[in-house]
This record gives sequence, structure tokens and C-alpha cells, in this order.
Amino acid sequence: MCGVCGCGDNQVKSYQNYSYSHFDQHKALHTHVAVLSPDMALHTHVSMLTPTRMVQIEQDILTENNHYAAKNRQFFDQQGVLALNLVSSPGSGKTTLLVETIKCLKDDVSMTVIEGDQQTDRDADRIRATGVVALQINTGKGCHLDAHRVGHAIETLPLGKHSVLFIENVGNLVCPAAFDLGEAHKVVVLSVTEGEDKPLKYPDMFYAANMMILNKIDLLPYLDFDVAQCIQYAKQVNPQIKILLLSVKNGEGMDEWLHWIKAELAQQRTR
Amino acid sequence: MHEMSLCEGILNILQKQSKIDQYSTVKTVVLEIGRLSSIEPDALRFAFSVVMKGSIAENARLNIIDIAGQAWCLHCQKQVVINQRYDGCPLCGGYPLQITEGQQMRIKELEVL
Repeated sequence: MCGVCGCGDNQVKSYQNYSYSHFDQHKALHTHVAVLSPDMALHTHVSMLTPTRMVQIEQDILTENNHYAAKNRQFFDQQGVLALNLVSSPGSGKTTLLVETIKCLKDDVSMTVIEGDQQTDRDADRIRATGVVALQINTGKGCHLDAHRVGHAIETLPLGKHSVLFIENVGNLVCPAAFDLGEAHKVVVLSVTEGEDKPLKYPDMFYAANMMILNKIDLLPYLDFDVAQCIQYAKQVNPQIKILLLSVKNGEGMDEWLHWIKAELAQQRTR
Repeated sequence: MHEMSLCEGILNILQKQSKIDQYSTVKTVVLEIGRLSSIEPDALRFAFSVVMKGSIAENARLNIIDIAGQAWCLHCQKQVVINQRYDGCPLCGGYPLQITEGQQMRIKELEVL
């Protein structure tokens, strides 16, 4: 009896005057079956021999996310909604910047906020204290927001026509770079306490962003942060990136930032 | 860490495609990953084996084709090879460079049963 599959000694087949023992067949890894007689093809091993085939796919790995992002973008364009995806490392001051931005704009512009964090509602609570509707998405173990989640979030938000939607992404300079949410712009916030070489260390994010806000510049007198070097690094990674120097604390650069938002919103209204 | 999500994306595509191309098992997945994409191949390999468990691609081989980064140098008016987004032109050392190749992360083909 064959020690591999348990079939009997009588399973000796001959084909074209050549005698195969079943053992020989195992040794040959069954590649010979294609040339064996039809009764061999009934043997149970044949299922293992079904030939594999190649299928050309040629699809982006992010196809599904990009599909949802395109749907979100279409919705934003139809509604004249300016969606800004704020990305940064944790602690760069994104939420504080948003709170101040909302305070300055809320008489002129309708706004809503999606907050992305691994856990807690703390950021959404800070935004809600300004009177603006905020939806918190907790990503749990996830390290970024994706377009599918944002799509569901905007179904539940009262997004007015010609309004601004701020999406505060999970604090992470790596993962959110790859995921288009359907936003008009990624805005990367870098604080001067982080070191001027962040654009080189995390180039994917600075490449993906259209705007970089260099935040907390009121702290510059106390730090060795080289602003010119930082700007050069950012431009090295992304020659087209717009750069704004800003301090939420003393208001420096805020006017320019608010003006940029209004100009972008006006442009979005004409789409 | 986003390699986990990317592998879930790959599995979604494999499952959808199985209905179109009528296959029940995926033996090999061939990817084209550009050096300037946001994928770390080792992290992707690890995530791949975890995500594919119990799926039509359990135990599938992952074959990653490495695609070099290329860019157009505006000063030299030439196509040049770069390894990082922040690389300068290897000929003149200058910027800016327009990246033309090496950002892709695509499923090229599958070996299926």
C-alpha cells in the first residue's frame, strides 16, 4: 500500500510501454498526469494537479478607498463644501488651531468638524464648546481615517451648502498620507517644538499636503528651531507646498490663514 | 501600521475579482511597489500573512516587484533616478524634481486556482 495516500498495490499503471508504480508518481509530484491514460485522470490526486492560471488585475491597492474618496469629493463639489484634512503628529496644536479658527469665522462661515482619534471624545467636546457641530470618529486600533468612514460621517452631519468641513485626522505623520478622504486639501501642521527636519523624516505626508502651517511660532525665541531650514526641507520634498507661519497663542499669521480658507471656499462655491 | 489596512484592501480586491475571474484560491499575489510609495515592504509582508488567514488567499505567496523612483530635473531637463522624495538631482544636486515614477502600489497579477 502506498504510504503517502493509502491506495493499493494494484495501482500500477502502464502508459506507452512505460510502467509507473504509484510511488514513482509521488516522487514525480504528479506532474506526469497530463500525459497519462484517461483512467488515471479519475485518480483522487488529480484535484491537486489542477493547473493554476495567471489573472491580470492591474489595480491600485487603494482602489476601494479611492472610490469612496471620489464619491465624497463629488458630494463636496455638488454642495460647494470646502473639505480640509488636517494632518500632523500628535500635539502640534491642530485642535487649538481649529477652535480659534472657528471662533474667528463662525459669524461669516458655516462649519462642521470631523474629529479622528484612536480613543475619547475630548477633541469633539472642545469643538462643540464653540457651538459648532462635531462628530468624533474613534479609529480604535486604526492609525488613520479612511474615505469610507468619512463618507458615513458626512451622511450624519448637517453639512450646509457652501460650508467648510474640517477633518482633523489621527495624530500621525505616516499613515494618513496614503488615504485620500475626498478633501480639497491636506493641511499639514508642524509645530516648532518638533524639529525642522520633520519634512525629511516624514516626506510622504509633506508631499501629499498642499499647505503647511508652521505652528507655535511664539515659542521661537526659546528654541533653536531653524525656520528657513525647515521651509527649505519642506520645499525640497514638495516644491509646490504653500507655507504659513502661525501662532494661535498671539494671533500671528491667523489673518492669512483665515483669508486662505475664505478664498478656497469662494473657489469651491464656483465648482 | 497602515500596511494592515492596505492588505485588507488587497483582500477586498481579491474577493471581488474571484467572482469575475471565477477562482476559489489565490496561490500568488504579484504587487508593484514603488520605492517612493508609502509602503514598507517588510511591514506589508507581515500584515499580508495575518490578513489573508482564513481567506481565499491563505498561504498565498507574496511577490513584490520593486519599482525604482524616477524624477524629471527641471535644471538638467533629464530623467533621473532617486531613492527618496527629498533626494536632489544626482547630476546637478538641484531642486525641484518632478517625480514621474515609483509612487505606485498596484496589484499586477494573481496566480489562481
